[in-house]
Amino acid sequence: MLEIKNLHVELEEGDKQILKGVDLTVEAGKVHAIMGPNGSGKSTLSYVLSGRDGYTVTDGSATLEGEDLLEMEPEERAAAGLFLAFQYPVEIPGVGNMTFLRTAVNAQRKARGEEELSAAEFLKVVREKAKTLKIDAEMLKRPVNVGFSGGEKKRNEILQMAMLEPKMCILDETDSGLDVDAMKLVADGVNALRSEGRGFLVITHYQRLLDHIKPDVVHIMANGRIIKTGGPELALEVENNGYADILAEVQ
Amino acid sequence: MAAPQAKADTLGPRLAALSAAPTKGWTATARADALARLTAMGLPGRRDEYWRYTRPDSLNAPAAEKSAIFKNEESPLFDAVDRLKIVFVDGVFSEAESDPLDVAGIKIERLAVAQGADIHWAQSLYGALEAAGQKPVLRPFAALNTAMATDGVLIHATGKAHRPVSLIYRHESETSDAVLHHVVKLDAGAELTVLENGPAAARFNKVMEVDVAEGARFHHIRAQGRDHERRAVTHIFARVAAEATFKSFTLTVNGRLTRNECVIDMVGDDAVAHVAGACMGDGDFHHDDTVFVTHGALNGESRQVFKKVLRNGATGVFQGKILVQPGAQKTDGYQISQSLLLDDDSQFLAKPELEIYADDVACSHGSTSGAIDETALYYLRSRGVPKKDAVDLLVMSFMAEALDEVEDESLREEIAERLRGWLVRRC
Repeated sequence: MLEIKNLHVELEEGDKQILKGVDLTVEAGKVHAIMGPNGSGKSTLSYVLSGRDGYTVTDGSATLEGEDLLEMEPEERAAAGLFLAFQYPVEIPGVGNMTFLRTAVNAQRKARGEEELSAAEFLKVVREKAKTLKIDAEMLKRPVNVGFSGGEKKRNEILQMAMLEPKMCILDETDSGLDVDAMKLVADGVNALRSEGRGFLVITHYQRLLDHIKPDVVHIMANGRIIKTGGPELALEVENNGYADILAEVQ
Repeated sequence: MAAPQAKADTLGPRLAALSAAPTKGWTATARADALARLTAMGLPGRRDEYWRYTRPDSLNAPAAEKSAIFKNEESPLFDAVDRLKIVFVDGVFSEAESDPLDVAGIKIERLAVAQGADIHWAQSLYGALEAAGQKPVLRPFAALNTAMATDGVLIHATGKAHRPVSLIYRHESETSDAVLHHVVKLDAGAELTVLENGPAAARFNKVMEVDVAEGARFHHIRAQGRDHERRAVTHIFARVAAEATFKSFTLTVNGRLTRNECVIDMVGDDAVAHVAGACMGDGDFHHDDTVFVTHGALNGESRQVFKKVLRNGATGVFQGKILVQPGAQKTDGYQISQSLLLDDDSQFLAKPELEIYADDVACSHGSTSGAIDETALYYLRSRGVPKKDAVDLLVMSFMAEALDEVEDESLREEIAERLRGWLVRRC
């Protein structure tokens, strides 16, 4: 599904190298988690994959089902099936959440040569999916993320994911700022989307989220590289001992 | 004090090019007084502080510059609204296209028809609010208008008007130079909505004087027409009594030069006055909002909300003032003027002012110029929205606060739809 090879990335301004040769493959139907200390390059990886400005790829490749992601505009990556749930979802005053969702869904359908959803069809689907995430009609009407609590913003990200039905989902610290109940709600939303054809890359600092979203593979990232890969037990090890042991072991 | 010679020299030819004003009837005195005011102050010059950001030359010239007629393919604005239509073509009343001047709750007459009488209810207002609005800043084109207006409507709302009055200004002559003067009077507790739309003329000078009595509610929604080359200088002078509401919203897209002045005098306690504008300019486009709100009584609430989207060398100007008089305690004054610059060629010039002589008031003002928020743009694109559509969504997002000033939901949506249409067409 997602294949990253030897990815090297610098900041456009300042020449600072952030990713120093990331190799990672996420298969369809699998959940991979990336853990790592602050500043290890986890969020940068998610931004580079989704096409945010400000980064220069100096070496390596990233493909989604064989298609070169790095050559595409952000909207083309989305239409190809990539989705990033933001760590800090952006507030957009004056644009209704529903308008935003419908614009996004139909833009992607159009890009893929599919027919756009009618207002009625769209409404039916969105209501159904919103309900399971406990997003009420009022929240759907409000401007995108404006005045939303931290939990509401993250639930809104998952709703977008559910509506867009991507092939490859990247979750960037989706657990940050969430209390236990909110985390469970978000995790349930993610788990409902797990399927044979869909890959997940879950970026997190803490093992907590991985209690709810059970990963198949866990990677440890430090200093711009994946330094260790293992099963779910690796997350527990980090939780118990911190990153110091693993970093020392690698060095 | 007489105007400097240079100013006096421009005024003569300017006046000579207009049709002679009537010397009889109830407007004669007001017109003569306005002409005397105008002669004393002269036409604006580049050195006048109030005209620092907007060149008055094309408004001072004796003849209107040629302005091509824009072929508008859109369905007429406010078409679905049940309204009383009054149509002016290049400033000339069109009886054939207008409805009979008859709406329950209001009385409407044309200035050109009514001014022949010796007395009239509008006599105490015509030119009076304009004259009061000449202090502390001179507004020569408003005085010129009072002196020389060829027509206009006189609206007296005695109760709740059952339909909005819709003034439609068509532009058919490439060199028309129209001068219209409206007077609107709302009795205590009356309610009235006035809609205005259309490019009006090659050059349009319009004054609207509005007297809102105790507890009355006045709504004004205006769209200035899409002709690219039209020029306009307009003034609103409003007097707002106790517990009365005055709300005015203006949409401007295109037009080579637009100067919209709004002068509001809040004379009664608990009065509310909102004035807002949304404007989109592309290329050879200069748009100036000049607003002066005076709080002269207790517990008044005023809002000025102006948003401008500019690109391709367009210029936006905002000069806005809140004056709080001694004793106007508990005033709540808000002013925001913002521009969204879609490229490096466009500019926004703003002069926000507060002048406060009372100690228990809350007044705020903010003015910003900015580009599209890159993070928001990335967020939208990452959801699959193509860049152009994402920019358009963010433009609409930027405009939202001004659009929200249109109270009526269906009218607000109609205005928003026009903005979206403009974004798609890019003209």
